[in-house]
Amino acid sequence: MLFTENILVALAGLKANIMRSLLTMLGIIIGIASVIAIMTVGNSITIMVNQTMQDLGANNLQMAVMQKSQEKESTDTGMNYGEGYVREMTDSDLISQEMLDDFTTEYKDNVQYIMLQETITGSWEPGKVSKGNKDAKVNLLGLNADALKFKKLDMIAGRQFIGHDYKEAKKTCIVSDKLVDRLYKGDYDSVIGKEIEVTANGTYYKYYVVGVYKYVQESLSFGVSDNPTTDLYIPYDTARIATHKQNKGIDYCNIVTTIDTNNDEFAAQVRDFFNVKYYARNDAYEVACVSMASMMDSMNSMISMIQLALTVIAAISLLVGGIGVMNIMIVSITERTKEIGTRKALGATNGSIRLQFITESVVICLIGGAIGMLAGVGLGTFAVKMMGYEAAVSVESIILAVGVSMAVGVFFGYYPANKAAKLNPIDALRYE
Amino acid sequence: MEQKTMLDLRNIHKSFFIGTPNEFEVLHGVNFNVKEGEFVSIVGQSGSGKSTLMNIIGALDRPTDGEYTLDGVDIQKAKDHELSILRNKKIGFVFQTYNLIARTSALKNVELPMMYAGMSKGERADKARFLLEEVGMKDRMMHKPDELSGGQKQRVAIARAMANDPAIILADEPTGALDSATGRLIMDIFHKLHEEQGKTIVLITHSPELSQETERIITLKDGSIIGESAGNWQGLKAKEDA
Repeated sequence: MLFTENILVALAGLKANIMRSLLTMLGIIIGIASVIAIMTVGNSITIMVNQTMQDLGANNLQMAVMQKSQEKESTDTGMNYGEGYVREMTDSDLISQEMLDDFTTEYKDNVQYIMLQETITGSWEPGKVSKGNKDAKVNLLGLNADALKFKKLDMIAGRQFIGHDYKEAKKTCIVSDKLVDRLYKGDYDSVIGKEIEVTANGTYYKYYVVGVYKYVQESLSFGVSDNPTTDLYIPYDTARIATHKQNKGIDYCNIVTTIDTNNDEFAAQVRDFFNVKYYARNDAYEVACVSMASMMDSMNSMISMIQLALTVIAAISLLVGGIGVMNIMIVSITERTKEIGTRKALGATNGSIRLQFITESVVICLIGGAIGMLAGVGLGTFAVKMMGYEAAVSVESIILAVGVSMAVGVFFGYYPANKAAKLNPIDALRYE
Repeated sequence: MEQKTMLDLRNIHKSFFIGTPNEFEVLHGVNFNVKEGEFVSIVGQSGSGKSTLMNIIGALDRPTDGEYTLDGVDIQKAKDHELSILRNKKIGFVFQTYNLIARTSALKNVELPMMYAGMSKGERADKARFLLEEVGMKDRMMHKPDELSGGQKQRVAIARAMANDPAIILADEPTGALDSATGRLIMDIFHKLHEEQGKTIVLITHSPELSQETERIITLKDGSIIGESAGNWQGLKAKEDA
């Protein structure tokens, strides 16, 4: 009864002072919008990162040659982020094939397979396949048989690599359907056996197409466009020859463990194995190994820390907005002292006066909150899209927006409303 | 038949503290009562204490000492929220400056006391329409106060005063801000309410002339009642009719 009436009175009041109402709301709008935008961005990034890492598999360990830490045991993962520059990595610092073989023999119960990848061009500076005046962007990647198997490619035409592609380092390649769509009008079968030319890092490479796979938008890929950068796979050794590393060791690989393996424990075993046996006398480098799960954890906690910090900063603007609402409520109540006196004379109790003004403050904040929420979702989505991720608006952020703006309304409306409620009716009636 | 007593004020004192230890007594033991259906005026110059007395009669304030019974309810002992309810149900205020709520229509203004009384939406809208028709405001119900003339505003205010069928209508200089012709119309409405509907009306005014229109005149001076006399409404009316 009084509730709807109060809302109508509040709306009429807002309409009567439209400029003032809008300016007051602006504080809330900016506050809520920034909180929601930050939450949307953070949420989207978290989801994408987790999805990408899950795609890579939970029983996946990443092993890499890293600079030795100055202080031993400084991190529990063995990942050190370059404390002081020591010296350039040389071939002797790399993990050789012999070491890997030794390792797999030692831990054959734990290691399912080792994925090797040689990246000739990455996402940051993609290579190109050109035909006529069109070209398609590609990541030129050399994969070993296990790494290719792990990709679980959905073949549309042709075949995947077979034994001799790897053994003889054949100049064969597997391309995406997107590339064929763009350069060969989607004629998947006719492209098999054709020679294509890839320009990467200023070098020309020629490969024969043996297969076409169905491209799946990677969750952590940059740039959503109809001309995405797709992977162009070649056999691992072919890539190693192209980068002149055929007889050298590796500085990075993925170990896929067996199901029974405790990944975090095994990661420590891997570190110990390499660092004791092969890197004990290395003055500058050692092997680091970390499980996907623990990497995911540290990544997530890092994202949420940053997100929290930004949200706190955004919340300050909400606080300022709330103070603005309080200020305008005090002004409004002073202006309407006589009205308050009249209402009291007509039988309004202190409670109903208080409720009326709290409602008014909440209405301002809720409208501001709703606009802010839309703006924040829009802004957040835009930012996420710009980064090339899929936007994920969280329901929590919407509930939060509504809840917080109501709370701000009640909190900052209470003091002025209470002041109004406690006005002496005689003084209020006499007020000019 | 014994008439019901609507207002009963006994030995009402009212003091204001204007900074301790100074106590300033405005009303020095006021005694009077108003019976149901009476049209009484309280007359006094400014400074006579009539505003203070009106605030007490209107349950906006409590007396410092004495007993005030309004339609059987002891005001002295009522708590703040009980006073609110009392004002809502038992008193219909008509102010010199109308005191309509800006930005809301005449109809909504009349609905307001009924809203505070918890009446349903449909019911109070019906009653508000009826009351506005009674005071001749049928055509201007949806107008906001700033679209109405002074006389029209006061008619809306009277309709609003009647909203909860109060025990008394308390009119404080209701014609004070109006020209004499419009004031006449407003006074006619009060007479009509009194004669046709038997409303109890207390009119507070500084004008002896206006007070002559009521049945009984209570004259206040320096915080005390200095005299009670009968008004001359019948005589004035006869003159007017003739």
